[in-house]
Amino acid sequence: MSGTVEVRWHGRGGQGAKTGSAILAEVLFEEGKYVQSFPEYGAERQGAPMKAFNRVSDRPIRKRCSVQNPDVVVVIDSTLLESAGTTMGCTDGTTYVLNTPLSPAEAKHRLGLGADVKVITIDATAITLDEFGQNRPNAPMLGTFAHIFTDVPVESFVNHFSKKMAKLPEKILQANLRAIRRGYEEAHVG
Amino acid sequence: MSRREIISGNWAFAEAMRQINPDVVAAYPITPSTDIPMKFSEFVADGKVDTNFVTVESEHSAITACVTAAAAGARVMTASSANGVGLMHEIFPIAGFFRSPIVFGLVNRSLGAPINIHCDHSDSMGERDAGWIHLYCEDAQEAYDTAVMAVRLAEHDNILTPVFVCQDGFITSHGFEPVEMLDDETVKRFVGERNARYPLLDVKNPVTYGSFASTEYYFEIKRQQVEAMENALKLYDGVAREYEAVSGRYYPMLDAYRTEDAEFVVVVMSSAAGVVKDVVDELRDKGVKAGCLRIRMFRPFPFDGVAKALSHAKAIAVLDRSLSLGGTAPVVSEVRSALYRASALIPVQSYVFGLGGRDFFPQNARDIFTDLEKGQIVGEERYIGLLE
Repeated sequence: MSGTVEVRWHGRGGQGAKTGSAILAEVLFEEGKYVQSFPEYGAERQGAPMKAFNRVSDRPIRKRCSVQNPDVVVVIDSTLLESAGTTMGCTDGTTYVLNTPLSPAEAKHRLGLGADVKVITIDATAITLDEFGQNRPNAPMLGTFAHIFTDVPVESFVNHFSKKMAKLPEKILQANLRAIRRGYEEAHVG
Repeated sequence: MSRREIISGNWAFAEAMRQINPDVVAAYPITPSTDIPMKFSEFVADGKVDTNFVTVESEHSAITACVTAAAAGARVMTASSANGVGLMHEIFPIAGFFRSPIVFGLVNRSLGAPINIHCDHSDSMGERDAGWIHLYCEDAQEAYDTAVMAVRLAEHDNILTPVFVCQDGFITSHGFEPVEMLDDETVKRFVGERNARYPLLDVKNPVTYGSFASTEYYFEIKRQQVEAMENALKLYDGVAREYEAVSGRYYPMLDAYRTEDAEFVVVVMSSAAGVVKDVVDELRDKGVKAGCLRIRMFRPFPFDGVAKALSHAKAIAVLDRSLSLGGTAPVVSEVRSALYRASALIPVQSYVFGLGGRDFFPQNARDIFTDLEKGQIVGEERYIGLLE
């Protein structure tokens, strides 16, 4: 990783984009990175489209404006794929992490992205419905991040989550940890 | 042992409060400073502090309770923002005059109307003549460190003046980043016990607070407050150096970034300084002698230091995050005054930015430096990122 990696999350209020961005920051911080995590605050309503951001760097980060030209775009709600300005400010170098049953090629077509753009798709909703019967795509998507920050093994995400969420009932905790691992293993990188 | 954690500016300030363990906290929550009394009330409920936490029905009552507790001899802290700060306005000069060493977490938010929850400095700037020390922090780490340092500054026998510790609403208060915190014992030793010289509750040595002062005395009492501010200017660095000795972090009243030989300098406060410093590095790589002067202490205003830091400049931009409607914005007015006092008639361009949380991007800073390089300096203030 060279320079600062800027991440923009798209989700809906209450869906966990803010928490996801916070946990990502914590994991990468434990791996020795400098990090920032901050949501975009507006009139907060459950279900309304919202954004959150990360900066990750090997050096201290001074910039505190929002992210205009993201290196990574994360979409945690598939209904926002085309409607939330997910490609705004992006370049051909931007990597997309999308919660969708679509293949990377199909997602690129839907978003009008070139064939060379890196898109990682993961059906995080299906994984969490399968593991604990709820649509909480955060956990698998954390695992998917091990494909982006390749110097951070997926077990770092698993370990952090189990420490942070130690108060969860054992059964639910284990389901979440499986979901994180599946988010890594079942991701389609294209 | 110090520890590093990912926390927000608000949590960092609240954590400093826990370690300072003040005698009294009286607060009324308002966005975006709500997290501070919220977190602190958890510490109270969990028995982690000995503080008498006074919940009140308004900001006016909160600051009144703080002033009276401080007069009684207590160590006192609180927090507020925006129109909450506005509602306290009546009491702020009383706190200043009573020489109440309150440490106040001021999380900057625009003054309504229109209602807007986001950052600008219109709330604290409205209190700049209230007889309080104003410190503006760039990030969460600095908000934490400044809270601890401010106790010593406020309670110094030759200062005895309340302190606003300002941080940018949402940008700093709700942004999560690594913050290094001292261990409890180090903070406890650094702040020590408050040793009030004239506590109201010392019945053996009775004193009066809030008495009438007629024409014969009023002016002289105000003169003493002027002297306290002058002392703060002289004594600040000693406190900052003592804090450096325990923390390894030094915060001068002016954060002069690459200004030694700078020809083009942007003067700014708080979180926006980060973007300016990044752009300074960019321009330096291209051979442009750019610099950034971040004013951390706005009251008392370090006139001599500002003039010195700007002495090599050919052109200066001053960025204000508030307006003085019908007048000159607060920061540029002081900077011009500092230069005039030093007979340094360097061209200064006034910019207003970031009102109501309008973002400030690297391109904005680049455009400002371009204005300076091209000598595009006009008498009127300019507005950054305004749609018109």
